[in-house]
Amino acid sequence: MVALAPRIAAPAAAWREPSAVPGFHLAFGFTLFYISLVILLPLAALAARPWEHGPGGFVAAVTAPRTLAALRLSFTAAALAALVNVALGFAVAWVLTRYEFPFRRLADALVDLPFALPTAVAGIALATLYGPHGWIGAALADAGIKVAYTPVGVFVALLAVGLPFVVRSVQPVLQDLDVAWEEAAHTLGANPLQIAWRIFAPALTPALLTGFAMAFARGAGEYGSVIFIAGNMPGVSEIAPLVIVTKLEQYDYAGAAAVGVAMLVGSLLVLAGVNAAQVAFSRRGER
Amino acid sequence: MTLTVDGVFKQFGRYPALAGVSLEARDGEFLTLLGPSGSGKTTLLRVLAGLDRPDRGRVYLDGADFLELSARERRVGLVFQQYALFRHMTVAKNISFGLDVRPARARPSRDEIQNRVTELLALARINGLGQRFPSQLSGGQRQRVAVARALAVEPRLLLLDEPFGALDTKVRKELRGELRRIHDATGVTTILVTHDQEEAMELADRVVLMNRGRIEQIGTPRELDDAPASPFVFEFLGECNRLPCEVVGGVARFEGFAAPALSGVGRVGRGVALFRPSDTRLDAGPVGKGLPVCVVEVRGRGAVRAVQCQSVGGHRLTAELPEHIAVHFESGQRVRLTAGRVMVDLQQAALGEASALASPVAIRDSA
Amino acid sequence: MIGETARRPVNRAGPLLILIVALAWLALVIGAPMATVFAEAFKKGAGVFLGAISDPDAVAAIRLTLLVAAIVVPLNAAFGLAAAWSIAKFEFKGKALLLTLIDLPLSMSPVVSGLVWVLLFGARGWFGPMLDDGGVKVIFAVPGIVLGTVLVTVPLIARELIPLMAAQGAEEELAATTLGAGGWTTFRRVTLPNVRWALLHGALLCNARAMGEFGAVSVLSGHIRGLTETLPLHVEAVYNEYDFVGAFACASLLAGLAIVTLAAKTALERADAAAAIKGSAA
Repeated sequence: MVALAPRIAAPAAAWREPSAVPGFHLAFGFTLFYISLVILLPLAALAARPWEHGPGGFVAAVTAPRTLAALRLSFTAAALAALVNVALGFAVAWVLTRYEFPFRRLADALVDLPFALPTAVAGIALATLYGPHGWIGAALADAGIKVAYTPVGVFVALLAVGLPFVVRSVQPVLQDLDVAWEEAAHTLGANPLQIAWRIFAPALTPALLTGFAMAFARGAGEYGSVIFIAGNMPGVSEIAPLVIVTKLEQYDYAGAAAVGVAMLVGSLLVLAGVNAAQVAFSRRGER
Repeated sequence: MTLTVDGVFKQFGRYPALAGVSLEARDGEFLTLLGPSGSGKTTLLRVLAGLDRPDRGRVYLDGADFLELSARERRVGLVFQQYALFRHMTVAKNISFGLDVRPARARPSRDEIQNRVTELLALARINGLGQRFPSQLSGGQRQRVAVARALAVEPRLLLLDEPFGALDTKVRKELRGELRRIHDATGVTTILVTHDQEEAMELADRVVLMNRGRIEQIGTPRELDDAPASPFVFEFLGECNRLPCEVVGGVARFEGFAAPALSGVGRVGRGVALFRPSDTRLDAGPVGKGLPVCVVEVRGRGAVRAVQCQSVGGHRLTAELPEHIAVHFESGQRVRLTAGRVMVDLQQAALGEASALASPVAIRDSA
Repeated sequence: MIGETARRPVNRAGPLLILIVALAWLALVIGAPMATVFAEAFKKGAGVFLGAISDPDAVAAIRLTLLVAAIVVPLNAAFGLAAAWSIAKFEFKGKALLLTLIDLPLSMSPVVSGLVWVLLFGARGWFGPMLDDGGVKVIFAVPGIVLGTVLVTVPLIARELIPLMAAQGAEEELAATTLGAGGWTTFRRVTLPNVRWALLHGALLCNARAMGEFGAVSVLSGHIRGLTETLPLHVEAVYNEYDFVGAFACASLLAGLAIVTLAAKTALERADAAAAIKGSAA
């Protein structure tokens, strides 16, 4: 892409390649300054605080039964919801990309709504909808199923939160799939199921993995959408972010930070795992 | 405006892009920097434009230290290989950019800028394209805009980096002529980087032939043709036949004939002789001087034909002969070959034997 | 369009089933909650609706939300431009680390994004006592809300600009420099026009997220009616008092904002695509 000068090898010792484009120091300086103030400094505080009462304190805060239950609920519900969304989100992406039907554009725009909608609004809407007097909640109650104020409610709320991530991950890949591949497979005698498995799945797996990861990460940390529909009963239907809020109200900064660190580390581990899976997957394809 | 480059060195990591380059460009001259990739010609251009700093050496423009000035201050017109036109500005705005961004004191009036743009559109022969956007232009048109834009600021130097590389042959040839015409009309000192020797020789007042960061020769195209300074120069500037030979006292001796040596005069030894197909003769007579060769085939159409031969030793040689002579030769015929002047490469002595040998071609007997 | 998946009408049983399932899912998961918001908001009629949103506390909440967005979006836009300029126009070591850091808030729970500021400036935070002595209120006041919102939305504009500017390269800027333009002039005349759609797009998303942020702000705000409540917090407060219509009325304002954001986003994308097509007529 660079027109002038083949870039053979930048001097190994220099940290930055010199350039005639002006403004590096100002732009980079401001970037570093902003990042340090807004991200690094707060992260440092987060990393340091749990140890206020020593390593034991950190472990105790995280392994307290109430905290463990909350972490378990947050992560499990997020994972399950993300999984369901992988399947159904894929269906939505499929339908939007490959079929023509009335109001298709409207449906497409609707997918983005959770991105733009404040979580509290979604939260009260879901709580009302699935609550004892809501359209869906009332119907389910007749069938003896209770959703609101139970762990199931958390799961349901996270379904709404994660859907767009899967759909938007998969759509571009689906769109770029060469029709010719399908047609070739068809002429070679493959049935739709085989085409789906042998042609679509490999092309889409990375995108599905990404969609899952993002839906999961968002769901595990979600607060506003969930807080109204969850029962918030400690040990049963309490989500991890709420534990943090409660500890803060009690001025237990160290405890709150410990849970925060646990949440962050948990999310990052899952993301790293998904990344590794993607790398392994793409390597497989190279052989 | 005299440009003086003095002992410029530039290293990229362990790679020496420029290894002691010195040259002078006179006011209004059209220089081409010619050479294979990696020869340093683009690096030298970047140094002149202020996009790279040399590790050592000086550059003077009219006696003033040029390297002291930043890329912004040098008032050098630069034409990029990929044009780098401002995609969101019209052609007219692209051209007037250099004038528009001058500080208020130094900026010409709007009318003056307008006139200049019109002038340049006419000079580059793109009248009527002023309100178009770069994406709406062809490659050749974009290149003209790039040149016009560079000229708008009345630069002291016009530098072009392989400006015709991305264009197809016909457009390339047309633009070559345009560039020379524009240069002659404006009189600006111009330096063009190219790897195409035909282009370099056609456009330049003087050619700077570079290889591996060094200047092999500077001279007019005629000088390079008549008196190449080294085997590299000779080889780069055209097709070559290669034959091993012995040099004694400025004469290269082959099996069956001798020829004056352009280089290696005064030296003695074995080497590889280089000579042009156009300087090669074939003699079909029964006796006479010359290397015995066998005609393989006669190629080409038109006024000049290429007669391909193979020597007993397995060397492939080509003689360029006019049509009315070439028609007398046919495949399988045994003839004798002589060369006019040759360039002797004493360095290639050992390699010469091995590399000049082609795999023997089965020669069909004329049936 | 060669190689692109073509759209087909749905006229066989299999695809029809998938279509129904997909649309049902969409309706259930996204459509139903949206409908609920507006249904509940107008349940008791337009009069009650208007009363709810013109309530002094609601108005104060709206004002505060607008103020926070007005501070956060320009700040993050400046950051996004600076970061994209550094990353896209120059080569240096450590770019991957920088990109990871910029993306980090996306993996953080909003509550954690609020928590970190409490750890810094709260009563028992690192700088808490110092602030107390100086009489400066950060946590449980507007500055805290701004900080939390900034952290949550930092990646949004940067992530729009960085890939675009990286793809555009530095050639035009180099050309501008050799033509005599200084840094700011080059930025203003050459770079900004090339990224204006992406910048607007990012600002739109950043604004929507900033106005709607709940988790971080909840931790940092102190929930003081009429003073440190943003609109989402106000919705929560009113809801917890069982004033459902009031809550949904304010919620519908936010939902309306979401719809406007999406509409503007779609319009922007169309305009951008149209400009690209017009541009590539050659």
